[in-house]
Amino acid sequence: MENPRHWRLNKQRYALVGEVCPHCEAKIFPPRDVCPECGGEAKNRFGFSGKGKVFSYTIMRDAPAGYEHNTPYTVAIVALDEGPMVTAQLTDLGSEKVEIGMPVEMVTRKIREDVEKKGMIIYGYKFRPVMQG
Amino acid sequence: MTDVVVAGIGQIPVGDHYSLSLRSMGVQALNKALHDSGDLKPDALYIGNLLGSTLSHQANLGALFTDYARLGHIEAYTTEAAGASGAAALRVAYLAILSGYADTVAVLGVEKWSDVTREEADALLSQELDYDYEAIPGLNSAGEAGLLMQRYLYEYNLPKDALAGFPIQAHANALNNPNALLRKSLTAETYASAPMLSDPLNLYDGAAYADGAAALILTRRELLPKNFPHPIVRLLGSSVSVDALSLHDRRDPLAFNAVKTAVESAALQAGIMPVYTDVFELDDSFSIYAALTLEACGFAEKGTAWQMARDGLLAPGAKLPAMTMGGCKARGNPIGAKGVYQAVEAVQQLRGAAGPNQVKNARIALTLALGGPASTAIAHVFDRVETR
Amino acid sequence: MENKQTTNTKLLRTNRKTGIVGYGAYIPRYRLPGSEVAMVWTGSEKGSPVKEKAVAGLDEDVITMSIEAARNALLRADIDPCELRAVWIGSESHPYAVKPSGTVVAEAIGASNNIQSGDWEFACKAGSEAMVAAVAMVGSGMANYALAIGMDTAQGKPSDALEYTAGSGGAAYIIGPAEESVAEIEASYSFVSDTPDFWRRPEQKYPEHGQRFTGDPAYFHHIESAGRTLLEELGAKASDFTYAIFHQPNPKFPMKAGKDLGFTEEQIKPGLLVPVIGNTYAGSSLVGLSAVLDIAKPGDRILLVSFGSGAGSDAFALTVTDRITSRRNSAPTTAEYIARRTEINYATYTRFRGKIDMG
Repeated sequence: MENPRHWRLNKQRYALVGEVCPHCEAKIFPPRDVCPECGGEAKNRFGFSGKGKVFSYTIMRDAPAGYEHNTPYTVAIVALDEGPMVTAQLTDLGSEKVEIGMPVEMVTRKIREDVEKKGMIIYGYKFRPVMQG
Repeated sequence: MTDVVVAGIGQIPVGDHYSLSLRSMGVQALNKALHDSGDLKPDALYIGNLLGSTLSHQANLGALFTDYARLGHIEAYTTEAAGASGAAALRVAYLAILSGYADTVAVLGVEKWSDVTREEADALLSQELDYDYEAIPGLNSAGEAGLLMQRYLYEYNLPKDALAGFPIQAHANALNNPNALLRKSLTAETYASAPMLSDPLNLYDGAAYADGAAALILTRRELLPKNFPHPIVRLLGSSVSVDALSLHDRRDPLAFNAVKTAVESAALQAGIMPVYTDVFELDDSFSIYAALTLEACGFAEKGTAWQMARDGLLAPGAKLPAMTMGGCKARGNPIGAKGVYQAVEAVQQLRGAAGPNQVKNARIALTLALGGPASTAIAHVFDRVETR
Repeated sequence: MENKQTTNTKLLRTNRKTGIVGYGAYIPRYRLPGSEVAMVWTGSEKGSPVKEKAVAGLDEDVITMSIEAARNALLRADIDPCELRAVWIGSESHPYAVKPSGTVVAEAIGASNNIQSGDWEFACKAGSEAMVAAVAMVGSGMANYALAIGMDTAQGKPSDALEYTAGSGGAAYIIGPAEESVAEIEASYSFVSDTPDFWRRPEQKYPEHGQRFTGDPAYFHHIESAGRTLLEELGAKASDFTYAIFHQPNPKFPMKAGKDLGFTEEQIKPGLLVPVIGNTYAGSSLVGLSAVLDIAKPGDRILLVSFGSGAGSDAFALTVTDRITSRRNSAPTTAEYIARRTEINYATYTRFRGKIDMG
């Protein structure tokens, strides 16, 4: 269940909404109480463009419980254009080969769903190869 | 300053102990260590464990183990630092003696893994990641290592099998360790044809998780029993350092900065340079962790540690003997107990009791346990006291 | 005393002129060739009414697909999502039986809390029904902008005729003031009756249908009644329109209905996507409209007639405005989604669509 723990992250997960530090302008994701760059209080909301590049990636073939029905899937560290890096699945890869440095864009997808299809579906950011040139 | 010495060591083989409970495993290791110490009476027990409260539904391990090991109503509790939990318990024990608060302390590293399916256990182990921002997107510990390995191979333009030397060395060493999980050699061909776990990380790049329990008895040197039968091994340095929990929150995920800080600081306390180490029980939970560790410690230039493994420089008789009893890869990875196994193995080497894998004239040993991908790094330096 | 008749009894026409200010398509990447289905159930590759159909990936559902279509519509509308006063999704595949899809989509696109967000259900016309409501909401002056989406991950029972065509996709429309629109809505007309041609009971995974009964008394009667009445009431004829889009369960039905109403193949073909994406149920006619808006010129008139089983049709007359040329390139086109294509086999399809019993 754990609905509250996921619900409180809806905004950031659905749309990659983070923060911009009012003191040093650093773009922050995920939102934090303290700016990791300058140590000031971080609180101003900032919507990321969702554009970034693959920093590294791995293909998960042996997934933990809750994800085993989605294997194989690719997880990447994505360096967002605005600065921070995030960990997320790559999706809609088709037959495209993933490469470090590949431009990607954020999409909102199902992240996790119980096999019995009784619980809440968790939606959140994933990335796919950029569609438009 | 008082000399803190390791009076007793004990371990059970790492494996699938279906017939042993969490408590039985821990008590067996404790009893062996107590017996080895000449039946010292500890004032405190510190337990390294990660999964007890979730996988075994058992917390409050201090009360459990003091009761079942019949240690009396002494101070006892668990330390948790993911895969470095056992090393954290060792550090707390060391500090307790140094502070003057305790004289003799027992350290227990214990982990029960085999009671649930691998997928269930793996999901619980994902607690060592940033749960909301790494585990929920579908990553696990092997996936984190896969991300690091991919980036490493990319930055240094290396072939997929570059890291093969680490598991090959670990397997060779485990052949001579009766407590090891995987006592069979690994060939380069077998490595190269192994199935992928988290590409480019293959089956042999990740240590198998298993049940395990190991224990140490620390005391002040002057409290050792008369006619103490073993060479005296001192604990000279202990340091813990941390990095960002998530890989994505590090400026350079390949840097393993926590390893560098912990090892340098522990060595400084011990009054040695890391290069003086005769034995290095490093954390090869994943091959890439071993490579990044050697580079962070300055044993190899960035992008070259894999050559040390390939060229046999980590073998028991070579330049930097590492993973001497099989490492995590072949001795097995008992997670929260790992750090205590490493200390037990370091003491075996310094006592000259390591059997066929004995490093000749081993005087200084370094252990390093990692929680996650060096999110936590805990280093300890031991030496053998030269007897008259 | 006699009440003065202020409204036409058939046409739905607002006092305040409205139009589509932004639109966005979404079609998932995967394609199941009809020959794959035919091979499994007939032993021959022949017999599929469509070349292939679009299939949602493992991590997609009506909510995720609606989010992307809505984001595309917002890009073209170039408005602050907080200005939306409704986020409405019509579908046969809402991920929850109880819990709105609209609130998730609204949160994801950054809409405010001051919105209407109930889900719509009327088989394949749930999306166009939501569009009528959006037009009414904006036309009444209650709202400046309202978002209506028709989206589906359509269900078809294995081996059933529907399995060849039941596809995934749809489109989102932001209805707003006519003066800001890329296509002005002249009027609409809806025709409904109690006709049991196709249905799905709660708890059932797949729909049932009346086979040939879905044709004349259902699809054709409703589409043609709605289309004909709209044309009559507007005093228009088929040749006044550059394009005509009809609900497309297969390639034949919309072509026949269109011809019955006097339309030509040239008018119908640009919006006829069923041969390459299948029948996207509530998304079907709406994604056809987005394909047409992608290519239409200012001044073009468009007829859109949806059909939902059970049964009913919504017919719209639209006129494309000058703004279309500057707005349409702000988001991926329908054709770009169709071109983004990865073929899958029947085994992968059964996995993607949850047809494998995982015990």
